[in-house]
Amino acid sequence: MGDLDPKFKYELSKVPCFEKLRLCFQCGTCTADCPISRFSDVYHPRRLLRMTQLGMKDRVLCSESLWLCATCFTCVDHCPQGVDIAGVLRALRNMAVKEGIIPPVFRELTANILKTGYAYRIPELRLKKRMKRGLPALPKANTDDVARLFDVLAVSKVAKKEKQ
Amino acid sequence: MAGLKYLLFLGCAIPYRMPSYEVSSRKMLERLGVELVEMPEFNCCGLPIDSVDHDAMLVLAARNLCLAEQQGLDILTLCPGCAGTLRKVNLSLQEDKKLKEHVNGILKEICMEFKGGKIRVRHLIQALVEDVGLEKVKEAVVKPLTGLRVAEHNGCHVLRPAKYIGFDDPENPVLLKKLIEATGAECLDYMYETDCCGAPIVGVNDKIPLYLAGDKLRNVKAVKAEALITVCPFCHMMFDINQPRIERLLSEKFGIPVLHYPQLLGLAMGFTPKEMALDELRVDATKILKPNQQH
Repeated sequence: MGDLDPKFKYELSKVPCFEKLRLCFQCGTCTADCPISRFSDVYHPRRLLRMTQLGMKDRVLCSESLWLCATCFTCVDHCPQGVDIAGVLRALRNMAVKEGIIPPVFRELTANILKTGYAYRIPELRLKKRMKRGLPALPKANTDDVARLFDVLAVSKVAKKEKQ
Repeated sequence: MAGLKYLLFLGCAIPYRMPSYEVSSRKMLERLGVELVEMPEFNCCGLPIDSVDHDAMLVLAARNLCLAEQQGLDILTLCPGCAGTLRKVNLSLQEDKKLKEHVNGILKEICMEFKGGKIRVRHLIQALVEDVGLEKVKEAVVKPLTGLRVAEHNGCHVLRPAKYIGFDDPENPVLLKKLIEATGAECLDYMYETDCCGAPIVGVNDKIPLYLAGDKLRNVKAVKAEALITVCPFCHMMFDINQPRIERLLSEKFGIPVLHYPQLLGLAMGFTPKEMALDELRVDATKILKPNQQH
């Protein structure tokens, strides 16, 4: 229990999506209705919310299960207290990223968007094939704009760590 | 229906690995008299980066919305992820003045400004139901698929979160079913019909999504549906491209063809299987075709 951060919930109360976190009374609707929880022994949104309320900052941010939400938003639509559960988990992920914790797939997606404007690196051959089948050429993204926005938000460095 | 015109937001997943969805959608929409305008310089909708940095998602989405505002056209997307994200950002920036100021403060760096209230964001099936209209869809059917029994998978972001999407009833969705019935096919109910396909966590966990999608395929098979109909590139990937993997993992055989809805409607409109790119599906779909469609 050494890792409790009693100030965590106050720190969070200013962050959008967390406003209603303290209203969660652990009814468990989110976990009961979660399609991922049906197939996972470790992913329980209720548990993640309780840990967050209790200020277990390090454990929450390091938890692998934080990244198992599939953003289907069933919990958001069903929560009787109106807690934006998927939003809370997303905001916790953002915090984890700031602490340098990020699954490789998200680093790769970020790097792809920075480099090409798209989430995937679409092979040249596939772009050429579009012409053959009568599809219009895929518009070129404005990568200068994307890079500028990522620089302002300091997101570019998330992508760059990929190479280290 | 003269005059329906949209800016087509293709997103990333469709040009990357789902040309069959794009080809069939374009042909089907053209037949319905819907005009699509290509969207120059668009970028990723923002959804994949929401987990990394919420602000980055907001500005990527807002930049796309600005491009649409400049053209004064509603956005049409084939991907529910893109539709959900762009729709949610479009609405929240209009609702929340402070958020709009914050986002515009960043967009200033690239000389753009989100105005708000000028354009709408539509997912394909929302456009078909609300803009084109079910009657018009029915009228376009010349080779009804009578006797074909299928099941549907809506895709979460077509319906949820209800507060922002406001389309159909997420607890008991019926509109995709009505679109399917318009082709003459029968649409069956099955267990856990509205559950997610699992695709969004594929890169994080390699087993859960396969078990989840496998469970859905099992339930689809249990009601003896001959095919599963999707309206999302990610759901389609889970059920079609990954079906052989799921079968190996679960030691079960499904053999359920998975069609994009535009492919189904296209067949009923008289397009050939080849024109609807049915040959590009991983699970062979020719077995559901009637003798008068096999050319």
